[in-house]
Amino acid sequence: MSSLVTRVKLKQIEQLIEKGKRLDGRGLTDYREIKIEQGVIEKAEGSARVLMGKTEVLVGVKIETGTPFPDTPDDGVMTVNAELVPLASPDFEPGPPDENSIELARIVDRGIRESHAIDTAKLCITSGKKVFVVFVDVYVLNHDGNLIDASALAAVAALMNTKMPNYEVKDDEVIIKQGYTPLPMTSHPITVTLGKINDKLIVDPWLEEEQVIDARLTMAFNDDGNICAIQKGCAGYFTQQQILEGMKLAKEKATELRKKLKW
Amino acid sequence: MNEKPEKLIDKKGLRLDGRKADELRPVKIEVGILPNADGSAYIEHGKNKILAAAFGPREMHPKHLSRPDRMVLRCRYHMAPFSVGERKSPAPSRREIELSKVIRESLEPAVFVEYYPRTGVDVFIEVLQADGGTRCASITAASLALADAGIPMRDIVVACAAGKVEDKVVLDLFDTEDKVGSADVPVAFMPNLNAVTLLQMDGILTPDEFEKAVSMAIDGCKKIYELQKEALKTKYMLLEAEEEVEE
Repeated sequence: MSSLVTRVKLKQIEQLIEKGKRLDGRGLTDYREIKIEQGVIEKAEGSARVLMGKTEVLVGVKIETGTPFPDTPDDGVMTVNAELVPLASPDFEPGPPDENSIELARIVDRGIRESHAIDTAKLCITSGKKVFVVFVDVYVLNHDGNLIDASALAAVAALMNTKMPNYEVKDDEVIIKQGYTPLPMTSHPITVTLGKINDKLIVDPWLEEEQVIDARLTMAFNDDGNICAIQKGCAGYFTQQQILEGMKLAKEKATELRKKLKW
Repeated sequence: MNEKPEKLIDKKGLRLDGRKADELRPVKIEVGILPNADGSAYIEHGKNKILAAAFGPREMHPKHLSRPDRMVLRCRYHMAPFSVGERKSPAPSRREIELSKVIRESLEPAVFVEYYPRTGVDVFIEVLQADGGTRCASITAASLALADAGIPMRDIVVACAAGKVEDKVVLDLFDTEDKVGSADVPVAFMPNLNAVTLLQMDGILTPDEFEKAVSMAIDGCKKIYELQKEALKTKYMLLEAEEEVEE
């Protein structure tokens, strides 16, 4: 962003950050207020709505049966898709997913996949033939920055809320029975995004900060506090020192954020 | 297709292809090999074979994407259908779209974009053969293509990955290690500025292992950096020699 307005704003944001303050009154390492609501869409097998300040993300989980990938015949399948819905921001346009929504979906996907959040072995119906497919659809309803953390948090909250249909197999046919069991999960990845302005790290950059940050660093942590996914973004850089500093900060923040998810 | 080797590291600590933990694959780089591009480079990094070309600074097309105060850098990472085991559809996949974005963001910090307002530079990367670590080799080649095109840069960007294989942190994973191993950390680096311009990770690492992987990857980057400079010099030494013959 290089409009005059953002340049003026950049000055202001930089000056505040030097004093350890931010435009919206937060400290450098504070998250905005976070609200999580689960089970908001009755027709979905699982769902959650997350508010991170004014950023709002809805995630719906649908479960269907399908065929497994040939190289993992005994594992269920999980896919993540993200929609930057045009009503969420004047910058979002209708049409096929652009690189931003693809990157968003792939970061959310990586956190869930690499931490083995879903116990995919338990989603196998008949080896090599039929498995459950878990569709995680991220719907951004209002864009006020840091879509990554809001989406990742909503995705995990939705998965925790997901019910799998009971079934039995008769003559190679899958018959869906009454009742549900919870989706088998082994980990609950938490994703934390940092921004860099003037060589200072800030947590949870909101829209106005996002437009002026040099670089962005996203890290996901599993239940054991180990790192399971990383993505650097934007056209800036981090020094090796800043990365390690960022990792410590992100880990701390992940522990804090995890408390918001109850299980 | 899916034969998993028993052991990725043998008793002597050597890997499947005979390398030590902190050893790079053989790297061969050539600069200026595409006559129609403003700048180009070819890299063989292990079995990876990758071509990169830079065009510009030139008029932006479509025009409305141009910026009044800077040049716009665009980047396309693309894999040839025959570059991998099973044929890859030539249509850009979601992975390729993401990689194009992160590669662009890894090169941009090096380029003085403000020197050429209203123009565009396009970087095209074609992976002819893939064997793990293609994004890193692509960055290594693409930044040379930019330099070869004469675009002013703060430094050459170089990239290399480290990862975890059988509880050991190792440098520069090849395809099998990447697939069977437990983590992969690609890093792009500008040695003169001590700046990491690309950092990704998948798999699971403890914070200590991550720290070790990053510093190992950066050491790998520094070695490839020397080869990059060598390759750039070689092209211009050849040019000089040709000029002398003509005279």
